[in-house]
Amino acid sequence: MLEITCPWCGPRDETEFDYGGEAHIDRPKDPDKLTDEAWAEYLFMRKNPKGPHLERWMHACGCRRWFNVRRDTFTHEITAVYRMGEKPPGDGA
Amino acid sequence: MSRQVNRRPEGGRIDRDRSLGFTFNGRRYTGFAGDTLASALLANGVMLVGRSFKFHRPRGIFSCGAEEPNAIVQLGAGARTEPNLRATQIELFEGLEAASVNCWPSVEFDAGAVSDWFSRLMPAGFYYKTFMWPARFWPQYEYVIRHAAGLGRAPAEKDPDRYEKFHVHCDVLVAGGGPAGLAAAFAAGRSGARVILADEHSEFGGALLGLGAGIGGKPAIEWVESTVGKLRGMAEVRLLPRSTVFGYYDHNDLGIAERVTDHLGPAAPPGPPRQRLWKVRAKQVVLAAGAHERPLVFADNDRPGVMLASAAQAYVNRYAVRPGERAVVVTNNDSAYQVALDLDDAGVKVAALVDLRPAPEGPLADALRDRGIDVLGGRAVVATSGGRRVDAVEVGRLNDDADRIVGGTRRINCDLVCVSGGWNPAVHLFSQSRGKLRFDAAGACFTPGDSYQAERSAGACNGAFRLADCLAQGLAAGAAAARDAGFRKGRAPAAPKAPEPEAAPLRAVWRIPLPGDRARGAKQFVDLQHDVTAADVALAAREGYAAVEHLKRYTTTGMGTDQGKTSNVNALGILGQVTGTDIAGVGATTFRPPYTPVGYGLLAGRDVDHLFDPARRTPMHAWHESVGAVFEDVGQWKRAWYYPRGAESMRAAVDRECLAVRNSVGIVDASTLGKIDVQGADALELLNRVYTNAWDTLKPGRCRYGLMLGEDGMLFDDGVTSCLGENHYHMTTTTGGAERVLAWLEQWLQTEWPRLKVYLTSVTTHWAVAAIQGPNARRLLAELCDDVDLGAFPFMSWRDGTVAGIPARIFRVSFSGELSYEINVPSSLGVALWQALMTAGARYGITPYGTEAMLVLRAEKGYVVVGHDTDGTVTPQDLGMDWIVSKKKKDFLGKRSFARSDTARPDRKHLVGLLTEDPREVVPEGSQIVEEVRPAPPMPMGGHVTSSYWSAALGRSIAMALLVNGRNRHGETVTISLPDRNVRAAVTKPVFYDPEGEKLRA
Ligand SMILES: [Zn+2]
Repeated sequence: MLEITCPWCGPRDETEFDYGGEAHIDRPKDPDKLTDEAWAEYLFMRKNPKGPHLERWMHACGCRRWFNVRRDTFTHEITAVYRMGEKPPGDGA
Repeated sequence: MSRQVNRRPEGGRIDRDRSLGFTFNGRRYTGFAGDTLASALLANGVMLVGRSFKFHRPRGIFSCGAEEPNAIVQLGAGARTEPNLRATQIELFEGLEAASVNCWPSVEFDAGAVSDWFSRLMPAGFYYKTFMWPARFWPQYEYVIRHAAGLGRAPAEKDPDRYEKFHVHCDVLVAGGGPAGLAAAFAAGRSGARVILADEHSEFGGALLGLGAGIGGKPAIEWVESTVGKLRGMAEVRLLPRSTVFGYYDHNDLGIAERVTDHLGPAAPPGPPRQRLWKVRAKQVVLAAGAHERPLVFADNDRPGVMLASAAQAYVNRYAVRPGERAVVVTNNDSAYQVALDLDDAGVKVAALVDLRPAPEGPLADALRDRGIDVLGGRAVVATSGGRRVDAVEVGRLNDDADRIVGGTRRINCDLVCVSGGWNPAVHLFSQSRGKLRFDAAGACFTPGDSYQAERSAGACNGAFRLADCLAQGLAAGAAAARDAGFRKGRAPAAPKAPEPEAAPLRAVWRIPLPGDRARGAKQFVDLQHDVTAADVALAAREGYAAVEHLKRYTTTGMGTDQGKTSNVNALGILGQVTGTDIAGVGATTFRPPYTPVGYGLLAGRDVDHLFDPARRTPMHAWHESVGAVFEDVGQWKRAWYYPRGAESMRAAVDRECLAVRNSVGIVDASTLGKIDVQGADALELLNRVYTNAWDTLKPGRCRYGLMLGEDGMLFDDGVTSCLGENHYHMTTTTGGAERVLAWLEQWLQTEWPRLKVYLTSVTTHWAVAAIQGPNARRLLAELCDDVDLGAFPFMSWRDGTVAGIPARIFRVSFSGELSYEINVPSSLGVALWQALMTAGARYGITPYGTEAMLVLRAEKGYVVVGHDTDGTVTPQDLGMDWIVSKKKKDFLGKRSFARSDTARPDRKHLVGLLTEDPREVVPEGSQIVEEVRPAPPMPMGGHVTSSYWSAALGRSIAMALLVNGRNRHGETVTISLPDRNVRAAVTKPVFYDPEGEKLRA
């Protein structure tokens, strides 16, 4: 079980959190202007790297706040935790 | 009752004053406190304990610990029975009952004749080859396999015991309480670190309990006792005996199974739990799990009486039991020499020590020769003979390459064969932690390589087999772990002296060659529990299953309940030989938790029944119960399903309830409806973004129905939202969707729209809701409410008022198509409101109705239930609800997806009504509509029935369905395919009752 550090509450067990998938997928400003392909890209296409991954988690059994995590999908190492709206520290992914 | 014929007259760590009676396979025996089931059986002369998995060969006690492949028993009876336990790890208690798990018809029955022809039927890959084709025979195959392969049986009754979980953090977790683990815990503990020391045995000391070794000039056991005493004196050190560290997971999360009262049997006191699961998050871990001795692979090496050498040593020393009268020790390394000496001391005649190495020298060999024990170098046991017990071995000379037996063989009579093929470090936890194993050629074993997590190995599990090294590594690892956990004081104390003679290198021979005349038919077992032989491994490699993970699955080696603790490395060694690589090139299979099996009860802990899945009850629940309501689960809610009167059937009750609503007035408990209080300057903006319709025109006092979609344009939830005032709304959701909708809105607000000023509060349980529905609803409400002008209270509006003296918020909305008021009052006053309505409604024949009648009533009106008539692939347009999708709003969640080519397709599945040709026919929900009837499936499918009921108001059945291009097929007849017949039905609009909505607005 992962140990995830909520930026608001501190380190907690993974079972307290909900997973929200890839982070930094902004909702398009004007969806009507998008081609079907571009809209489908936003809707369905997600990265699936073996390695560092920027993703969203929510502290469901705690403060219920969403935040961002950089987690290595292979090693499960968590190298960054940062709040919504913030950029990933360092070189991003 | 038999005598303990094999018990030594004195010694051992047993309490001879506490005699314990037990039964095994129905026979009564006695042992002593301190025995395991295995040691007590051996004391009573019982060596034969089971039958093998595939061939039904007799099998005996093979080890004295967690690695036991043979002595697998069913413990206890009734609700507490437990399968697949190792007799070598079951502490004896008064009244213990155990039985062999795989011994049909009985363990004594000699199935030898059967096994010979049976074995030819079951080579490697037997399951793959035999049971793959033709697939329609699978049920028969399964029957055969289950009978042949049944190991133990699970209890049929509910587990009567209590289990608990502890979640703990510590600085240093030490797994294993042998010499290395005790030393590590001591070194870490004296730094002040919070230490947990867990060991699977009843007492600490590990292998030292079965050895005659010395530490610091005294018996090792004195060092054990003194170290445990010091640990007990340390405030931050927690000692967990009878506790197996069974799993090593991510981020230094480890699971420990503590058997709190298992060893007491029926005498267990009622207070403590039976077992306790420790979920430990450790800053640092020291693995000190010890090592398992490795068997040697020779012909008929599975006969009862063949035993690991270290096990025989532990039985004579720790348990004061002689496992045989006359022993042959066969080894490829030095460790078994002391075993021969200890056996001799215990009065077991050692007929010979057979050493695979050519010229055994040194003080231990000399000591044996001094006692007149033959030491036969360069030779190996090539085969055994005997029936239910070994009666002799054949010894032959190995050539230099160890691939041939030179010359003839010599027979030596014996009833005990002690084997030692070297040692396998118990790297299970290390490997589970994702550490990389490396092959140590000198020890011919896998040892820990690079660590992956904050962990270090010490002692035998690290490939250090000499006692002095175990102590030194343990102390160093404990001190380093404490230091890395932030305790600066930690420096390793000096290791005590533990003199041992210098060890000579071992000679790795993975498979003892057969004498030339014996090449066919002899079985050289690799995996005793799954009956895998060296020939099976070779066959798998020849057939292309030469990768380790393939070999494992093809032969099933290592896949028994023992997970191959005694077999895996030998299998890999033989595979390396066969494929012409070496074992290092072959690699090891992945180790997975648990180290030894753990019960479901332990993993579940207290999270069972209502503590696992809590039941939610409305404020009026007790009232529903008091009138005999039948309940159904809706999410976690218990909702009244229907209210049978006397012996009334469900159908009769639902018909009566529905007609009461249509003809006079009914009352339904709608408290479970999800309710969210929405406030803030941008509350309206939020509604506009998440609902398909426009909300700007909604005035205070008015209500509006809305649909929520996912970004894919598919229906997600629905409900009525009311404007309570400026920037203040009362949102309702489906009963099951309350949490989901709240989380959905919160996610958008926090992640995408953080600038919107909106505050959401779940108020579902703040309110109790009684909905009165039917043509007499207004008359009833008027009798109890005089501060609301009911004449000026139109459909889809709400009023605050007083009902039966209770402050109430009344919504004029309807899910039945009738005149309807949903009366919301504070939860604590729900029962009072309900009773007042029942009393006042008596003159109208007010009828409580449940969820089933509610569903029928809404279906008569064609109202959909999200998740019942929809399944995540349905758009508002598919439901014919274009009217609620705003054409003017520039954007809302899901809007863009309407234009996707598939969503915009005109011939998607649409919601339709179905009227069966036979009006009495109520087809099951989920039935398939077929476009063409054929004699047998597959048939082209056109859709499925989503809702189907008997409508008492219409005197016939009604159904709703999602049908391909259904909107354009009204009037057509379609066929619903049932398992035994076909039913024809007319496609209609999905509205069956009051299509103009006159009653609703009355
Ligand atoms: Zn938090």
